[in-house]
Amino acid sequence: MALKLSELINKTDRLAGGHRLCPGCGASIAVRQILLAVPEGAHVVATGATSCLAVSTAIYPYNSWRISFIHSAFENAGATISGIETAYRALKKQGEISKETYFVVFAGDGGTYDIGFQALSGMLERGHRALYVCYNNEAYMNTGIQRSGATQLGTWTTTSPYGEKSYGKTENRKDLTAIAAAHNVPYVAQASVHNWRDTVLKAKKAFSADGASLINILAPCQRGWRHPMEKTIEIAKLATETGIWPLYEVEEGEWRLTSKVRTRKPIREYLQAQGRFSHLFKPENQDVIDRLQAFVDKQYRQLLLRCGEKPE
Amino acid sequence: MPKTVALVGTDAVAEAMRQINPDVVPAYPITPQTSIVETYSQMIADGLVKSEMINVESEHSAMSAAIGAAASGARVMTATSSQGLALMWEMLYIASGLRLPIVMTNVSRTLSAPVNIHCDHSDSMGARDSGWIQLYSENAQEGYDNILQAIRIAEHPDVQLPVMVMIDGFIISHSIDRLDLIDDDAARKFVGKHKLKNSLLDHENPTTWGAFDGLHGYYFELKRAQAEGMKNAAAVVKQIGEEYGKISGRYYSHFETYRLEDAELALIVLGSAAGTMKAAVDQLRSQGVRAGLLKLRMFRPFPAKELVSALSHVSDVLVFDRSDTIAGEMGGPVFIEARSSFYDEIKRPRFKNFVYGLGGRDLNLDMILKAVASSQTGNLITYLGVRE
Repeated sequence: MALKLSELINKTDRLAGGHRLCPGCGASIAVRQILLAVPEGAHVVATGATSCLAVSTAIYPYNSWRISFIHSAFENAGATISGIETAYRALKKQGEISKETYFVVFAGDGGTYDIGFQALSGMLERGHRALYVCYNNEAYMNTGIQRSGATQLGTWTTTSPYGEKSYGKTENRKDLTAIAAAHNVPYVAQASVHNWRDTVLKAKKAFSADGASLINILAPCQRGWRHPMEKTIEIAKLATETGIWPLYEVEEGEWRLTSKVRTRKPIREYLQAQGRFSHLFKPENQDVIDRLQAFVDKQYRQLLLRCGEKPE
Repeated sequence: MPKTVALVGTDAVAEAMRQINPDVVPAYPITPQTSIVETYSQMIADGLVKSEMINVESEHSAMSAAIGAAASGARVMTATSSQGLALMWEMLYIASGLRLPIVMTNVSRTLSAPVNIHCDHSDSMGARDSGWIQLYSENAQEGYDNILQAIRIAEHPDVQLPVMVMIDGFIISHSIDRLDLIDDDAARKFVGKHKLKNSLLDHENPTTWGAFDGLHGYYFELKRAQAEGMKNAAAVVKQIGEEYGKISGRYYSHFETYRLEDAELALIVLGSAAGTMKAAVDQLRSQGVRAGLLKLRMFRPFPAKELVSALSHVSDVLVFDRSDTIAGEMGGPVFIEARSSFYDEIKRPRFKNFVYGLGGRDLNLDMILKAVASSQTGNLITYLGVRE
C-alpha cells in the first residue's frame, strides 16, 4: 500500500486542536495518525475508554472530535463499540442507513491490558468490524502514574515506587499484542507514534479488515515517563531501536516485522533518557537492567522466530 | 386477532420481544432469566425477528453494548437477573444519565451470599436509585403487558429514561400461566417506530455522548433534568396504561387496588405475592375483617401522593417487602417509602412491615393471615416465615 505525505496533509484532521492534552502527549499524535487512515468523507464513530484522551478531548460543552464520539466508562470500550457496530448492521440491514462508517476504540493501556481486558477479548472473539487502538503509555497516567499490566520491569510509578526496599515494578509487562493475535482476528499490529508511515498503513489495513482488529501503539507520556516534552518522538523511536517496542503486524495469522532493526541498541540508551528509570542506574539496581535486557532479548528472539526472520 | 396462550413467564417475555422486534439485543444468560435469551435466540434463528443479538461475555458488557447501540439510534432490549443486574450496576446509572430508552426485563432473584437462585426483590430494589423506571408484574400476563408498554414509556419525549420490568424468578418465570396476547399488528402499531435525536450514526451531524463534566459543571443541571424526566414518567405511565387498555382490554396505572375502597386494613405488596394476598383479603373479609389490597405496579417513580389518597381512609397498613434494606430496624424499601409518603399528613394510619420470602421462601395464605392477626400487637418490623 502506497502512502503519500502530500495526500495525508490535505486530509481533514478529525481531532481538532485546542484539546486539553499536555504538550508532547503521545495520545493525540496516535489518534491523528490512526484517523488519517479513514477514507475521506466516510463517517467514523469512536469510543473512548475513560482516559486522559477521553477527559481532555470532550469537556462539555467543548469538543475536539470531528467524528461521533462516545465515552461511557473505563472497562467497557470493547463492549460499547460492539453495540454501536451491531446497531449499524441492524439498521443497515433494514435500509435505515447506508453511509460508509468505520468504528474505532481509543483506550489507554489501563483500559486495555487491565480493566478493559475482558470486554476487549469479547469484542475480538465476536469479530465486530471495529479497530481497537490501545494508546500505550505503560501506566495509568490519567490518575497520576500508577503501574499497569503494560508497565515494564523496574519502572518507577506512584504504585511501584523506588525506595529502600524497592527497585520499582517487580514484574514484566504482559504481551497484549500477542494475546490479541491469539484471538485469530484478521489484523493485529504493534505501532509507535514516531513512525507515522507505518502507523497509517497499519490503520488502513485494520480499517479495511473484515472483522475485529487491534493496534497497540506506543504513545510516550512526558509527565509519567519523566522526559522533556519535546523528546516524545525521539524516545518512541529509541523504544523500537532497542527492541523494547518492536514494530510488527499479524495479518491473517502471518507475523511480519514492519521495521527491521539491523543492530539493536542496548536498552540502557532508552532507559537513560527517562526519569522513570533513573533509579535503575544506581549500583544496587544494575541487575534489574540486566534482567529487563534479558526479557527484551527473549521476547525479541521469539518475535523473530514468529516472523520467520533469521536470529540475530 | 388476540389469542389466549399458555406460556411460562420467560416465554411470555420473549413473545412481547418478538412483537416489538427490537434492533439490537445484547444479553448474557443467568438463572432464572436464561430461557428469555434462549427463546429469543431461537426466534432469531427461525427468522421470526430482524433483531441482531450480541452474545456478550458479561452483563457489564451487555449493558455497555446496549448503551452503545441505543446511542446509535437502535431500539435495544435486554434481560437479566440477580448477580447479572449487580454486575451492570455501574452501567445502569450511565444508561439513565445518558437518557437512553433501553428496556430490560429483570427476572427477580436474590443476591449472593449465600448463593441462591430463587426469587426475592433484593436485586432490583438495590437499583432503585439508579434512575430507571421500575414496573413490577403479578403474573406472566402483566409481564407481557408491561414490556410492551415499557417501550412507549422509555421512548416518550417527556421521559427518555430506561425501564426495568420485573417478573418474579421461578414463581412467574418458570410457571405455565394462561395469558392473552394482543395481535402482532396491534402490538407493532402500539410500539411504533423509534427515532432517536442525535444518533452516533448520523454522519451529517456527528455527536459526542458522555463528555466530561470537568471544568464548567453541568452535572447538577443534567441530574436535575433527569429527575424531571422521572417525575414526568408518572403521568406517562398512566397515559400509556390507558392507551394500552384500549387495544387490549387490560388497563394499567401506578397500582391496582382490590377491595380497598371500604377497607380499614390495607395490605401493600408488589409482584407475584399479590395473588395470594387477594385470596387472603377474601378470607379476611369472610371473617369480618375489612381488609383490602394495594398492589404496587410502579415503584419508580414512586407514586407517593396517589398512594396516600388511596389509603387515606384506612387505619392500618401492612407492608409486605420481598427484600430488606439491612439498615438496622428500618424495614424493607416499600415500607420505608410508603410510610414516608404519609409524613406530612395529619391523619396517618399505623404502619407495620413484614419482610418475607427472602431467597425464595414461600409465602402462603396462613402466613399472611397470621401476620394480620399479629399486627395489632407485634413489632414494627417482622421477618415472616424465618426460622429463629
